[in-house]
Amino acid sequence: MSIDAATVRRIAHLARIKVEDGEIERLQGDMNSILGFVEQLKEVNIDGVEPMTSVTPMKLPMREDKVTDGGDAKKVLMNAPATEEGFYLVPKVVE
Amino acid sequence: MTDLTSLTLAEARDGLRAKKFSAVEIADAHIAAIEKAKALNAYVLETPEKARAMAAESDKRLKAGEARPLEGIALGVKDLFTTEGVRTTACSKILENFVPPYESTVTANLWRDGAVMLGKLNNDEFAMGSSNETSVFGPVVSPWQRKGSNAKLVPGGSSGGSAVAVAANLCLGATATDTGGSIRQPAAFTGIVGIKPTYGRCSRWGIVAFASSLDQAGPCTRTVRDAAILLRSMAGHDPKDSTCIDMEVPDYEKAVGKSVKGMKIGIPKEYRVEGMPAEIEKLWERGRAWLKNAGAEIVDISLPHTKYALPAYYIVAPAEASSNLARYDGVRYGLRVPGKDILEQYENTRSAGFGAEVKRRVLIGTYVLSAGYYDAYYLRAQKVRSLIKRDFEEAFKQGIHAVLTPATPSAAFGIGEKSGGDPVEMYLNDVFTVTVNMAGLPGIAVPAGLDSFSLPLGLQLIGRPFDEETLFTVGHVMEQAAGPIKRPDPWWS
Repeated sequence: MSIDAATVRRIAHLARIKVEDGEIERLQGDMNSILGFVEQLKEVNIDGVEPMTSVTPMKLPMREDKVTDGGDAKKVLMNAPATEEGFYLVPKVVE
Repeated sequence: MTDLTSLTLAEARDGLRAKKFSAVEIADAHIAAIEKAKALNAYVLETPEKARAMAAESDKRLKAGEARPLEGIALGVKDLFTTEGVRTTACSKILENFVPPYESTVTANLWRDGAVMLGKLNNDEFAMGSSNETSVFGPVVSPWQRKGSNAKLVPGGSSGGSAVAVAANLCLGATATDTGGSIRQPAAFTGIVGIKPTYGRCSRWGIVAFASSLDQAGPCTRTVRDAAILLRSMAGHDPKDSTCIDMEVPDYEKAVGKSVKGMKIGIPKEYRVEGMPAEIEKLWERGRAWLKNAGAEIVDISLPHTKYALPAYYIVAPAEASSNLARYDGVRYGLRVPGKDILEQYENTRSAGFGAEVKRRVLIGTYVLSAGYYDAYYLRAQKVRSLIKRDFEEAFKQGIHAVLTPATPSAAFGIGEKSGGDPVEMYLNDVFTVTVNMAGLPGIAVPAGLDSFSLPLGLQLIGRPFDEETLFTVGHVMEQAAGPIKRPDPWWS
């Protein structure tokens, strides 16, 4: 199966990556090359096989439900591109 | 006095304790070597002042007879590990100014044990690559060159900076990470040792995430013994990574020097791939002979789903990457490129901040996870992954202690040779290493000889879960049998 230019645009939008018109053709070629490569998985008989959910047979550990960290807004915000009064600043989202 | 940068990590450790030289002298020798090796582009950030301060502290401890396991050992750190107060970029434009307010668990373990940080090492952007050509800081150059040529070669990737810093004596050892071969493939290309431990052996906390079910940290070193020493400090339980196992870390160095007599070494017939150069086949044969001569039993085995590991990986890894990289939104940290609204800001930021290979993988990952395609791609790949793991379990059930394979399907190639064309051609580099990540097993690459162009080639050993010790034992036997490699003359300094 191969994907068309419209699909590339739709996926890029879902991934929140802007693509220029001039890039579409190359991306489409690359994606089709990769999708063509993974096509061979269709040969594998997977009847009755459980999908892997954990590579090591372990139970996820539980811990006490208590606060272990936090309370340091300055550290949390120190790498933010824009902040104001201890908050992240973003363009207006709700009119 | 011998050149302090050419010591093995073990020799440096022992020499420091015997007061033959000081930790500051070790640090200074490496700082000077790094200064002269800019042409290799291995370091993306040098921290000489930090190194000298840490070394001075080590000298105090050494003098007081309170040396910790890695006291005064000068290391390089892959720029995928967050280091508190020291810029960490994953070699991506999107993190070009990121200064973490916290330290990754693995590096914290190293500093706890007395190691000294020389700086941050180059890698493929977000560890996505097999040649270290996708870094925003430009490609790393291998110290190795083909006989009679001065064409620049890739060191492999994604831990290309780590491999080169070790191979060119710019540190005594380095941290690295491996998602599909990113420790073992560059180790093989540069004639050094690299081990990816069992998934869960090292904490992933504070390592910039690529594919969380596959990522694992490990060391790059010049000898098997050095890798054993370094892994012991890097590994260990960490409640901050829920997949990190609560199991005692053995003294791996004790496994180095043991005999392989009576061990069963599996040779999987499926690793004899089409178009494999005769030299790789010969190298593999030589490896088998070394282990047989050392008393191991060589057993032919079958891992029938081997050929499906790479295609399954190119679904699972991009899918996880597309989820992990969703965090780079230009809001909380990293690059921000404004737009007319927040949506456009996301799209502009991610378009400007991610390089071509990262975009490619995020797009593939988004596609295979998108509505209507999940079962056909991701679910199927995870089922194939179960089968790949089952193949290994069957082999280990037969009593196999370790599996011997080539590390890579070829020696290192030239910069630019494979990066311009079909992305799948580059992916094929990881055909022998990727199975190990898919099954969560430990794997080590050990230098095994030179090809007809005088470039290093490596062999890989794959072990049972959490049995890194056997890999160090068998790896050391191979290292001894192969003999010392003549390292390249330092044309770069």
